[in-house]
Amino acid sequence: MSTSSIAFNRRDFIRTSSLVGGGLLIGFNLFTACKPKVKPPIDISKLNFNDFNAFIKIADNGVVTIFAPNPEIGQGVKTAMPMLIAEELDVAWKNVHVQQGILDTENYTRQLAGGSQSIRLGWEPLRQTGATARQMLLNAAAARWGVDPSTCTTSEGIITNSKGETLGYGDVVKDAALLDVPEKVTLKSHKDFKIIGTDAPNVDLDEIVTGKPLFGLDYKVDGMVYAAVLRPPAFGQKLESFDDTAARAMPGVIDVITIGEKARALTSGESNNWTVALANSDKVVVIAKTTWEAMKAKNAIKANWVEETPLESTEFQDKQLLGLLDGNKFETLRKDGDINNAFAQADQILERTYESPFLPHNCMEPMNYFANVTSEKIHLVGPVQTPEFAATAVAGMLGRDPKEVHLEMTRMGGGFGRRLYGDFVYEAAEISNAIKKPVKLIYSREDDMTAGTYRPAIKYRIKAAVKDGEVTAYHLKEAAINGNMYGLIPNFFPAGAIANYQVDVANYKSNITTGAWRAPYTNFLAFAEQSFFDELAETMEVDPIQLRIDLLQKVKGTTDERIEYSPERLENVIKVAVEKSGWGKKGAGIYQGFAAYYCHNSHVAEVADVEIENGIPVVKKVTCVVDCGIVVNPLGAINQIEGGVIDGVGHAMYGDLEFKDGKPNSQNYDSYRLIRMREVPVVETHMVESDVAPTGLGEPTLPPAGAAVANALKAATGNRFTAQPFLKFTELMKVPAKSIIG
Amino acid sequence: MPTYNIIVNGISQSIEVASDTPLLWVLRDHLNLVGTKFGCGIAQCGACTVHIGGNAVRSCSLPISSLDGKEITTIEGLSENGDHPVQLAWKELDVPQCGYCQAGQIMTATAFLNNNPNPDETEIKSAMHGNICRCAAYTRIHKAVALAASKIR
Repeated sequence: MSTSSIAFNRRDFIRTSSLVGGGLLIGFNLFTACKPKVKPPIDISKLNFNDFNAFIKIADNGVVTIFAPNPEIGQGVKTAMPMLIAEELDVAWKNVHVQQGILDTENYTRQLAGGSQSIRLGWEPLRQTGATARQMLLNAAAARWGVDPSTCTTSEGIITNSKGETLGYGDVVKDAALLDVPEKVTLKSHKDFKIIGTDAPNVDLDEIVTGKPLFGLDYKVDGMVYAAVLRPPAFGQKLESFDDTAARAMPGVIDVITIGEKARALTSGESNNWTVALANSDKVVVIAKTTWEAMKAKNAIKANWVEETPLESTEFQDKQLLGLLDGNKFETLRKDGDINNAFAQADQILERTYESPFLPHNCMEPMNYFANVTSEKIHLVGPVQTPEFAATAVAGMLGRDPKEVHLEMTRMGGGFGRRLYGDFVYEAAEISNAIKKPVKLIYSREDDMTAGTYRPAIKYRIKAAVKDGEVTAYHLKEAAINGNMYGLIPNFFPAGAIANYQVDVANYKSNITTGAWRAPYTNFLAFAEQSFFDELAETMEVDPIQLRIDLLQKVKGTTDERIEYSPERLENVIKVAVEKSGWGKKGAGIYQGFAAYYCHNSHVAEVADVEIENGIPVVKKVTCVVDCGIVVNPLGAINQIEGGVIDGVGHAMYGDLEFKDGKPNSQNYDSYRLIRMREVPVVETHMVESDVAPTGLGEPTLPPAGAAVANALKAATGNRFTAQPFLKFTELMKVPAKSIIG
Repeated sequence: MPTYNIIVNGISQSIEVASDTPLLWVLRDHLNLVGTKFGCGIAQCGACTVHIGGNAVRSCSLPISSLDGKEITTIEGLSENGDHPVQLAWKELDVPQCGYCQAGQIMTATAFLNNNPNPDETEIKSAMHGNICRCAAYTRIHKAVALAASKIR
């Protein structure tokens, strides 16, 4: 067992209280708890329960309810995070009810952010919250028996003393609620875990398979009307005028208004960097009694659009990005040694350019949001990954006190980064504010795909020097739309492994809105880098996997604190992947490709198996080895791993969005291709046994998938893919006659 | 506006709507059956799949005018207690990630298994190919259809 030693005071985020109806309530601030470096916003002594956004309730009968109001976008945290609490509370998981946070509270907002960091950052504070509750219950029982608490033990909600007498948690909750929060608690050691590491199905499973209203699109209140919004069809266009005569005459139509002014005023301020798609223009809103009537009438609006800023095309942007790669207007994010000197002395130099398209997020639940703005309060409900920001931003936009905002989370039909940006929250709030009614804003799929905050198009140029059989220099250049890689990415592999190493970035500012997309930047960088290392190995005439392992040896024992990846753990997943995939031992007709990558604090290696079917290379299997530390919920983890791999394969193969005169070339699934059942490879997952703290799984298995496939396609076709999506390059997909067996 | 009579999950419903209103929005907005999901509106993703006369159909692209007198089953009416073999298989294998597309997946799988209770792997793949799962929980969807088949047999 280990005494908790986290760097922040538990009292900052835990308070207890007895409940009027009996039982113990332990409130804690999950937002603060999961971001240890964030200071609590106000004086702790003035906090009351309205300031807490997550709760454990232990009833007199011993039933434990964990309220988890954190955003659930399909990554499984609504299940896994309560598991951490329940483990240390020492109750049986089957006796725990997990509920979405209370929906009718007047006084608090749930300030929560999701993302791949939930489990990593929640690991210690959430277990500590459970341990605190357990300790208080145990102390209460010991006091009643008049014994030293250290002589008592707990198991599955029962406290036992040295004489073998027992009390249930429910028997002592009233007493426990009166006790002080203990200053120190003891956390279980890994070997004593009973819940962590066991399979727990999704807590919303029953509701999902029976079609219960869980999602934002399903939310309704009496008197609610529906809104469909007509936005500029092209980035760079602005509304000039419109004719709504026909729309107004259509059945169910209540009103036609314009919005945009308020959001525009807000986003031009320096304090707000929330991307707002097409915010420079007014938008025409049809308000109707039903969704269909609103959508139909929207299509009857005749609008005139004028060009405000240049309408950009993919061809134009490609030239800009290539121009940046050829130029010298870079910001240097990391520089080790002297790459120029190494290139000057090199025996061999390899340089390649890799190109990616824009990608829409395509959450299955199209963007939507509910708002009811009244003189008393602002009621916001729906799927947004940044609820805290949404509440503050809407209050700011409408000139209202943030305390008047009551915001409720709904389960999200996918996020992938799109719902970090709440342009649809602004829209819904501005509409409700204008019409003084509760309103549900619904995007059509076409709205969703054309008013996106897309993954930006990016080009990488990588150049390496080889001298005397060693890689002596590595130069990574990035040219991207609107922004560049950030955070620790420049310190990922091969940083630390190559003496002369430099990362340079530049960007072209476009009027097309861009944002985070599952595994931002690394979702394509991993493809570029891991394709490059295969080609570099070919150039050096060495084994591609051995090249990676040799480079990792140079990182071991590094004193460079910027290097967060572990060369030992990366080497291990590589070796396990070699073994599990039967690397190099497959018979004729199976072509394998390898990739390994570290991101989001997890280490992953993947091997793709490609076979030729009807003269076409087909991805049949991906072996995926993951080291994410302790696996909290293997059942959920495997789902995330498989989903990430298949998503990565699908977007590398098919994902494509081009712009022509500011308009995306696809607006719906008749022309935009997402991976479907027949194209899905078998995914064989292996998770490394570990006793170190867990790390994220929502993203890290996606980035290496594209490279593993590209390297396998090279083996199958002899052709090297340097741009995505692969299927766009039909000539490269052709298989030489010698590869077709039988 | 005209009135249409349909039978949804065994209950007769009389609905006054425009003739071109898709079944999807009749279910969601008029009958408050929101388990059937809106995904694309053009019958390409399968999120809106329901049964008419036992066959899987895309409710987003079926105007109400074509359905007068028809018997419709939605996810809410698939079983009384969420215990249809397909639903049980989905739960046993913990299929969903975000869960949004799953009602449509389940309705597609159910209709398919009614017609082909003993499918092979290729038949399952073809049957489910029309339903997009953006979270890519495809591996489990595939296994769940096979498991459901074994439960039905």
